[in-house]
Amino acid sequence: MISFSVNRQHVNLDVDPSTPLLWVLRENLGLTGTKYGCGMAQCGACTVHLNGEAIRSCVAPVSRAEGKEVTTIEGLSPDLSHPLQRAWLAEDVPQCGYCQSGQLMSAAVLLREKPRPSDEDIDQAMTGNICRCGTYPRIRKAIHRAAGMMSTGGAK
Amino acid sequence: MSTLQMERREFLKFSVAASGGLLIGLYLPGTSKFAVAEERSGNAFMPNAFLRIGTDERVTVIVNHSEMGQGVYTALPMLLAEELDADWNKIAYESAPVDPKYNHPVFGMQITGGSSSIWSGFEQYRNAGAAARAMLIAAAALQWNANPATLRTESGVVLDGTNRKLSYGQLAEAAAKMPPPANITLKDSKAFKLIGTPVKRLDTPEKINGKAVFGIDVKNPGMLTAVVARAPVFGAKVKSFDDSRARNMPGVRKVVAVPSGVAVVADSFWQAKGARDALRTDWDEGAMHAFSTTEMMQQFREQAKSPGKSVRRDGDPDGALAQAAQKIEAVYEVPYLSHLMMEPLNCAVDLRADSCAIWTGTQFQTVDRAAAAKAAGLPNEKVQIHTTFLGGGFGRRATPQSDFVVEAVHVAKAAGVPVKVVWTREDDMQGGWYRPAFLHAIVGGVDASGSPVSWRSRLVGQSIMAGTPFEGMMKGKEYDPASVEGVDDLPYEIPNLAVESHKAEVGVPVQWWRSVGHSHTAFATECFIDELAVLAHKDPYEYRRVLLTKHSRHLAVLDLAAEKAGWGKPLPEGRGRGIAVHFAFGSYNAQVAEVSVIEGKVRVHRIVSAVDCGHYVNPGIIAAQLEGGAIFAASAALFQELTFENGRLQQTNFHTFPVMRMNECPEIETHIVESSEKSGGIGEPGVPCTAPAIANAVFAATGKRIRKLPIRMTEAV
Repeated sequence: MISFSVNRQHVNLDVDPSTPLLWVLRENLGLTGTKYGCGMAQCGACTVHLNGEAIRSCVAPVSRAEGKEVTTIEGLSPDLSHPLQRAWLAEDVPQCGYCQSGQLMSAAVLLREKPRPSDEDIDQAMTGNICRCGTYPRIRKAIHRAAGMMSTGGAK
Repeated sequence: MSTLQMERREFLKFSVAASGGLLIGLYLPGTSKFAVAEERSGNAFMPNAFLRIGTDERVTVIVNHSEMGQGVYTALPMLLAEELDADWNKIAYESAPVDPKYNHPVFGMQITGGSSSIWSGFEQYRNAGAAARAMLIAAAALQWNANPATLRTESGVVLDGTNRKLSYGQLAEAAAKMPPPANITLKDSKAFKLIGTPVKRLDTPEKINGKAVFGIDVKNPGMLTAVVARAPVFGAKVKSFDDSRARNMPGVRKVVAVPSGVAVVADSFWQAKGARDALRTDWDEGAMHAFSTTEMMQQFREQAKSPGKSVRRDGDPDGALAQAAQKIEAVYEVPYLSHLMMEPLNCAVDLRADSCAIWTGTQFQTVDRAAAAKAAGLPNEKVQIHTTFLGGGFGRRATPQSDFVVEAVHVAKAAGVPVKVVWTREDDMQGGWYRPAFLHAIVGGVDASGSPVSWRSRLVGQSIMAGTPFEGMMKGKEYDPASVEGVDDLPYEIPNLAVESHKAEVGVPVQWWRSVGHSHTAFATECFIDELAVLAHKDPYEYRRVLLTKHSRHLAVLDLAAEKAGWGKPLPEGRGRGIAVHFAFGSYNAQVAEVSVIEGKVRVHRIVSAVDCGHYVNPGIIAAQLEGGAIFAASAALFQELTFENGRLQQTNFHTFPVMRMNECPEIETHIVESSEKSGGIGEPGVPCTAPAIANAVFAATGKRIRKLPIRMTEAV
């Protein structure tokens, strides 16, 4: 039995502890916003927060989450109110949308650590997240926009 | 009243092209909750197949093209909402079921491809909106005892001269009793309020909170997950397999043989994948067991030495070449490429004795349904496809053989349970249906003044159409139009021109990849015209201008891109600019790339892309498609290549088939030409110019020519 919290809700699961967290989230918990893209920490589509740190859930065994807090895209905000979500809407970022959960979860950690990130900070934090549709220029703009909202008190 | 009865009644009452019964069972979570409620209430107004207006004011647009990122769930509703005078805040979208009434009006089937959704829907969706508007006005006129001609509409309400108002929701029930209009008058384009504006995408909210449902997210009651062991070499057949270990692994329910290999069906993906990897399968590898792309390209080079099938012949190319003041020969080569959608292939199937329901992200509903019906042993009408969001398509999800759909039906049939077949990234990359490798051997000559007098392009590559149900599109030609598109209509004024095509017979499954033939023809032709310009000691931009005087739309985008990029202005040391212009899918695009090369590595700093796509609908989405198209193409130009040795693909995942990342992404500027010409495409036209613009910029920066993709400075000449 493995116990951890997901989006502030406690869960107890009887699963093989070596199963990647990604598949436990998607299949056991029905949280399909976190995506499978590569299975080897190459693309970032599966990015979630483990105790506030961005991790690639496709290579993290669920046992790593024992006793910890997991946040997925479904837990970023209840109502699209996170500054990043508002900025994503304003910049019309997504195309196919498949990678965007991972992009947002990586960006959320960046903004928490660097509230006014430079372009180099964005490169460093976001380079692990592939977007095949090529939304990078808009992601960059949206991160800057979200940072602006937060500094002017737009954050919750 | 049940949904079915209500819809039958609606159908009988109106002789419009509606058969609402097909809307039953269509449920895309997150988008159609309103719709389901309306249908149950029995009050929805469904004047035609493309919309439904509920008493709750919701206007649901039924979209007959698949949303794979290109924005059809926004742009097609815009067309309808424009003529309906709907309140844009009340618009919802829903994917169409498979039905002939949702066919592409030109291609005659349900398909998303060829960058055609906007131009094919431009009147279809406007007509649907205008027809509904007329019925709403008729209903209001009846209620007010007024002349319909005196009424007007605005943002979801009908008004009269005295400011009486009735909302579309209030009128929905009454409008459903009105006959459809005999004649429809569409708005003059000057009256457009929505069309031409950068309306925000409707699908963004559900794509940033994890709610959007892609094929891989589909979960149905009792559904198991399958992972398939497929042939390691194209055409290989299973000789035998040992599933003794796999069968006893946790969660594994069945191991079944299917035509494409061996499927493991389990409770979860991870269990199915683990057991699939534990299978021991012995393959009869067949004719492709020794296949090598190195040898294949050598054969292509040999083939290019002899004349191919004639595609186009103007004047006397050989005679003119013999008399040219200067000549140049170049061989351009491009590799096989994977579409590499972020969402790997998948398909869920619930096969019953008398029905088959399929959930998948497909671009090819009509073809997939027919293929699935054949595999299931059912008539077409017993098969329904629920089109989910597509996590990228780029052509891969429109397979003439419907490979991923047919396979899933076979797995469901053999296993006897509802299944979702999920492909791993490696399965997806190794599964075939690539952009074909191509070779272009070009010879050209210029006269004493530098003007080109002769050009001969000889292409070698596999046909996409041959051997598919689309072979008919070759129309008795000896070459595949999809191989030569973009060179057969070379716009430059060259009096003596030949285009020849060699069909290569190779057993690698190939397919359309975002911009199809243009993805390689633009590279070869736009690099070669650049080489001719240099041979003539002319500026590459000015050289093109002179040769395009009869092509005003090419010229306009070329000038716009050059102007915005600051063509001719000084650059920091080590940087170079390259230019390219191309017509594809009804649209004209020109790009200027700015690059530097440091320690053999090409860095793209900036791309300026100008497009003329005719009358445009949503400039925000167009800009996004140009940005994305350039990045998609730059990934291929800089990094991507599929190679085979001993019949086996050497690439497996993103580390061996890289995609451009944030830190490598250039600044991209986009510019749109104002135009009232017929709408062209936008999903693909932004791709072709990027590779040649980058390659020409590398030459400007280094003096080295790139004739092979992906770019490797060690192979530059």
